[in-house]
Formats: sequence, structure tokens, C-alpha cells
Amino acid sequence: MPEQNSNKNEWPLWEVFIRSKAGLDHKHAGSLHAIDANMAIENARDVYTRRMEGVSIWVVESKYIHASDPDSSGALFDPANDKIYRHPTFYDLPDELTHM
Amino acid sequence: MTVRDFQEAFDEKIDKEIAIEPRDWMPDNYRKTLIRQISQHAHSEIVGMLPEGNWITRAPSLRRKAVLLAKVQDEAGHGLYLYSAAETLGISRDEMYDQLHSGKAKYSSIFNYPTTTWADMGAIGWLVDGAAIMNQVALCRTSYGPYARAMVRICKEESFHQRQGFEILLQMSKGTEIQRRMVQDAIDRWWWPSLMMFGPSDDNSPNTAQSMRWRVKRFTNDELRQRFVDVTVEQCKILGMTLPDPELKWNEEKGHYDFGAINWEEFWNVVNGNGPCNKERLEARAKAWENGKWVRDAAFAYSEKRKERSGSKDSKAA
Ligand SMILES: [Fe+2]
Ligand SMILES: [Fe+2]
Repeated sequence: MPEQNSNKNEWPLWEVFIRSKAGLDHKHAGSLHAIDANMAIENARDVYTRRMEGVSIWVVESKYIHASDPDSSGALFDPANDKIYRHPTFYDLPDELTHM
Repeated sequence: MTVRDFQEAFDEKIDKEIAIEPRDWMPDNYRKTLIRQISQHAHSEIVGMLPEGNWITRAPSLRRKAVLLAKVQDEAGHGLYLYSAAETLGISRDEMYDQLHSGKAKYSSIFNYPTTTWADMGAIGWLVDGAAIMNQVALCRTSYGPYARAMVRICKEESFHQRQGFEILLQMSKGTEIQRRMVQDAIDRWWWPSLMMFGPSDDNSPNTAQSMRWRVKRFTNDELRQRFVDVTVEQCKILGMTLPDPELKWNEEKGHYDFGAINWEEFWNVVNGNGPCNKERLEARAKAWENGKWVRDAAFAYSEKRKERSGSKDSKAA
């Protein structure tokens, strides 16, 4: 997340997550400024759901989001790289075998 | 890693069309260029509400009024998406507002022209939003992630803007002689400024090469302008109107329309603050910001008070 500018007169920054329809995950839509959670939700409705893009909104103050470090993403995700046996295509099985 | 390693990794990502995200390393000038471009773009959306806002109370029917309101509200949304995209690069919202209100930051010159008749609402939707769309569709693949995502969202919303504008003109063009004259007059006034929206010609645009290298820009100003001319000439035929350029002619060899020279002197004049409405627009914008100050202050005071109260409750509980 961006480093918050400690601009005293500025309303805090919030990240907005929207569920586009029941059954789907909330997805990051963008951010906005609001003085509190209620205002953030109302503003999110006006800014991000003018065309029925959502049935549910989550907001969280940006400063509470912790993110992995992009510069060490190589090392962080490396352990997943060499374990191709986690994928179904790794297994060599006869063509006659069905429903699997 | 040294700066050179970072630079190499960055160049490689650009070449492979891998998006740059806020916390990734990026060259200072890339960051600066983006802050300038995205904030200017945001300012344009915000100031762009003013010429159309001028007609909301005088829209000729309830339908037109609802549509115009929705369009202007969309433009506010576009400004907000873009401001938050720019903020991911480390500039604050207030800093950007300050640059706009002090006249330090630019916004699209097109909004410094007056909207004198209802037909202007049609011409703006058709030509001004049309030119903006041409530019914005290309930017959906810009290299900076948050900017590209904002553009995708904006493009989805823009298409109705252009269609409602064309519909206004189409309806008026089937109306009385006076209405047809209003349409032609609006087209005559908005055509050239719309072509100027794509910016200076390529040989006068020193930053284009770098922006293309960074894939911030995907097409040059002249390429996009040509594309706009080609599609718009055809659309104009449906209106049965003419574009105010005697040199407009299909060029079989090039497969494009030739068009006359743009008045760059006028362009630079308006950019530098001497357009018909520069002063009025900035004043209206600054006034809205100042008049809203008590609301911002009150909201602040309210939240401080609530924090204090919940703070004292917590300490009692503990
Ligand atoms: Fe817009
Ligand atoms: Fe628009």
C-alpha cells in the first residue's frame, strides 16, 4: 500500500472491496478518502457502484493493510516453484481412465 | 541490488508488458511523469464538469436532465479514480488540489471554452468525450497498473457519454431549421478544439519518445488524432452536417482523411491561461473547495470527538 502522506487536514485513505454478486469474493475496487467507516461506505457506493457493480462493500483504512515486499517476492514465492507435483497434469495416467 | 540492477529489472518488465505496481522500484522520472500525467487527467475530469454543469438546470426535458446529471456525476467519479491512482505514487490529494487551484497544474484546454447553447451538450458528448475515449482506450494498456485499471473502469462508463451526445445532435438535426443551425454552429465551434485535445503534433512533443519507451503512452498524439478524424468524419455524415475544414479529404493512398492545419497559436494561448474561460473555471473550482471547508472541518471535529469518547470508554473498561 502507498505510504500515507501524513497530511493533517486530509481525511484518511480507505481501500474499497466490492462483492459484485452473491456467491463471489469481494474484490479490490480502488480507494477513497473519508472521515470514518460509515462515510467510506457511502462514498464507495457513489464512487464505485453507480451501475449496480456491487451487492456488498468492505472498506478498510489503508494504513491497516500489510503487504509483502515486491523486492523479495522472488524468495518469498520460490518454495512454490519447484513443486510441480501439486498440479494434476504432473501424473502420467492411461487415456482409458475416465472421470478423474 | 544496485540502482543499475533495479533499472534493468524495470526495463525488462516494461519490455515484457508486465505492469508496474505502486511498491515496485521505478525510475524517478517515470514516477514524476506519471504523477504529472495522471493528476492532469484527474483535474480535466473535475474541471470538465463545469461547462456541462452550466446546462443541468436548463436541460430541455426531464430525460435530458437525468442523463446530463448522470454524465457529470460520472466525470466526478473519473476524477476520483484518477486522483487515487496518482496518490499511489506518493503525492497527496491536497497537494494535487493545491496545484490545480494555484494554477500550477494544467488540465485539458478544451474546458476553457464556453457552452453557449444546448447543442453544445451534444457536441461535447460526441466530439469531446469522443476524443477523450480515443485517448483513454489506448491508455487501458498503459504500463502503470493503477492508472491502467482506472482507465478500464472509465472506458466502460464513457461510451454512454458519447452516445447521449450524438443522440442530442441527431434529434436536433431532424428538427427545425433553427435547431439544425444550432447543431452546425456547435460543431463549428467544437471541432478544432477537439482536435487540439490530442496535444501538440509529434514533432513538437519532446516527451513522446520517452513515454512511448516506458509504455505510458501507447500511441503518439498524431496517430490518435488521425484515428479520431477518420471515424468522426463518417459519423458526421449521419448527422447531415459538415465539419469546418475545407481541406478535409479522403486520401486513397494513405487510407486516411487529410485535414487542415491546426491553429497551434490558439492552442498555446489557451494552455497558457488565456482561453475564453480559464479564469472563470479556476475561480469556480477554487470557490467550491473553499466553500466546502466548513464541511471538512466539521467532519474532522466530529471524528476527533468520537475518537476521544471511545478512547475514554476503553480506558475505563481496562
Ligand atoms: Fe470522463
Ligand atoms: Fe465523459
